[in-house]
Amino acid sequence: MIDILYFAWLRERIGTNREQVETQAATVADLVAELEARSEGHGLAFADKTSLRVALDQELADFAAPLSGVREVAFFPPMTGG
Amino acid sequence: MRLVVQEAAFDLGAEANAFAAAVQGAGAVVTFTGLVRDNGGALDAMEIEHYPGMTERAIGAIMDEALGRWSLVDALVIHRFGVLKGGEPIMMVATAAPHRADAFAAAEYLMDYLKSRAPFWKKEIGAGGEDWVKAKEADEDALKRW
Repeated sequence: MIDILYFAWLRERIGTNREQVETQAATVADLVAELEARSEGHGLAFADKTSLRVALDQELADFAAPLSGVREVAFFPPMTGG
Repeated sequence: MRLVVQEAAFDLGAEANAFAAAVQGAGAVVTFTGLVRDNGGALDAMEIEHYPGMTERAIGAIMDEALGRWSLVDALVIHRFGVLKGGEPIMMVATAAPHRADAFAAAEYLMDYLKSRAPFWKKEIGAGGEDWVKAKEADEDALKRW
């Protein structure tokens, strides 16, 4: 079981800020392919991958990163702090 | 080094004074404050979302990097989240160093990294509706100079 968190417009499109999924995905990209198929909202949220960022256990990562041992995956748009 | 992520407003003058009063051996204090732009009255509010836990880790790592790169005596970051009105302070950084060059450079470094590497997302709410603020390419490019 892995915790998936969504922020900003990803959260709005998917309609939840957190869900738990059972997955055998080896990498972030594999996980995205599974999540995209979950609902129309998921498909919309993951449509433009160039505007997506991912964090694994609260550290920024890339889509090729492996998921083994990861507990929390967060997806969000580019950050706008400051 | 002090890092605060909070919903409540902060008193810019009081924070700057307390920071400057506590530093020892500094000859320079630089502060920067970011305010909510009201876009000429078109903005009713700005909503700031963040990723509790990662926010503190990411800002802490950015501050550690700044403390390692420059000769700093101390550094402060305060960043708010929640619903803010036009003109309200969103965040501030303060740096203290023996000489001003280090204090200025470190403050700019902190700001450049907070913009693009601290997990905050801003939404502008106005008469015309709601819009997530888009990250600017210039902000990403700004990181390359460091």
